[in-house]
Amino acid sequence: MQQLIYIIASVLFIIGLKRLGSAATARQGNFISAVGMALALLATLVDSGFSWGFIIAGIVVGGAIGAVSAKRVAMTGMPEMVALFNGSGGIASVFVGWASAKPGMEIAESIPLYLAVLIGGVTFTGSVVAYLKLSEKIDGKPVMFKGQQPVNIALMALILLFGALFCMSPSGFGDPWLILAILLSFAFGVMVVIPIGGADMPVVIALLNSYSGLAACAAGFIISNTVLIVSGALVGASGIILTGIMCKAMNRSLSNVLFSGFGSATASSGGADVQGEAKPISADDTYYILEAASSVIFVPGYGMAVAQAQHAVKELGALLEENGCEVQFAIHPVAGRMPGHMNVLLAEADVPYEQLVEPDDVNPNMAAADVAIVIGANDVVNPAARTDETSPLWGMPIINVDMAKTCIVLKRSLRPGYAGVENPLFFCENTRMLLGDAKASVQALVSQFKDG
Amino acid sequence: MELLFVFALAIFLGVELITKVPSQLHTPLMSGSNAISGITIVGAVIALQNLPEGNIMIPIIGFLAVVTATVNVIGGYLVTDRMLGMFKSKKGGE
Repeated sequence: MQQLIYIIASVLFIIGLKRLGSAATARQGNFISAVGMALALLATLVDSGFSWGFIIAGIVVGGAIGAVSAKRVAMTGMPEMVALFNGSGGIASVFVGWASAKPGMEIAESIPLYLAVLIGGVTFTGSVVAYLKLSEKIDGKPVMFKGQQPVNIALMALILLFGALFCMSPSGFGDPWLILAILLSFAFGVMVVIPIGGADMPVVIALLNSYSGLAACAAGFIISNTVLIVSGALVGASGIILTGIMCKAMNRSLSNVLFSGFGSATASSGGADVQGEAKPISADDTYYILEAASSVIFVPGYGMAVAQAQHAVKELGALLEENGCEVQFAIHPVAGRMPGHMNVLLAEADVPYEQLVEPDDVNPNMAAADVAIVIGANDVVNPAARTDETSPLWGMPIINVDMAKTCIVLKRSLRPGYAGVENPLFFCENTRMLLGDAKASVQALVSQFKDG
Repeated sequence: MELLFVFALAIFLGVELITKVPSQLHTPLMSGSNAISGITIVGAVIALQNLPEGNIMIPIIGFLAVVTATVNVIGGYLVTDRMLGMFKSKKGGE
């Protein structure tokens, strides 16, 4: 009976994920997946015996923490939230593995147990570091030091050694080799994420997402539980795919992201020869340009989220539409601090999802666009990716806003972007800089439209 | 061995499913799959059901496993639902 319900739960997860593939059915898909989870849990709870107290107390406490944080989090803070959830999934697998350790386990159980605590441990501390970097509680710059590689290799060797010692003769919960392996996997998680720059966090979150699934999967092998294995594998695959998409969108390999310390040494090397005069523009003049435009493409980036400008941007978009202008929002896959982040922010501001388009769809029409408005995006619109072979961004697919008839860049200052690379877009012939706080600038344009 | 077979099939199925998700929905996809990885809650409950005698630490660790996995499940599903509730079509429906 229990097995049957596990199968049904797995099927519901699969249907749920399938429905997540379209904005129209996604919410329903999430609900179906939640029903699967509830069924799997209920089927497991049936024969709980004397452990009821611990289980119910755990569910109540965890449920309260989860519910409150899910309700409170601002949409701008979603990357940090997902990083923390990844971490909690990771540590859960560590706890499950550790609590399942029994003296004299078979090797077919002790190896997955070791993998569950290892992957879970790395996921946990890695996610915490990612969270700290994203929330800027620690510096987002890559941390590199002399001897980093040897330290990592030594750590890895020790983790393997302790793992082997544990797997050969597991002595249960208090096994010193197991505990050492857990502690070292925590250290390893920190070491893996600190050399990665803040701009690469979308990749890291996706990767850790995958790990949290694989850890759950490993936990499933300990207790020969198919529903854990299936759902863990689904999540593992999902995270890997997202990681691949992110890497492709930045034109970099995964190993380059993980080991190169991107953004540390690049500021000096990239686009040093970019010179010229950036041409500022006033809100009044911007209004006249927009008023006459018949097609406008907005390109939002993380700066829009920081300035909390998404609602004002939506209003401006609506006013432009009323004015008979075609409006689109071009969203780069790595804009923001996690995959799809900008879409969520604009959805929150009530932008209909039909208006949210991907670079491949918008680039062919860019030359026909009257105005491209860049709001707080930088690296994803940097034409050096197309033109300057020495640029660290060379080859990255970008949104070609420099090809629009006029490009207006809303920016606080002329500083380079998060990756620390100069942007020749600011000095283009057809670029105008609307300097100042993005929200204030957009609001000024909105009131111009309302008065005009 | 059969379990590895199930694992391999599930990975391929996952790849097929996820490749079709548009980048627009990647954030809810991540938080939603995050909730699914909270399936460790089943493992945590089973670990608590099979407690060995003696060590008081084990139930505590098991309890913590249930707490952290539940955070994932409840938090993940609720936040995904909240996000997806914001995605609206031009026609006014969802």
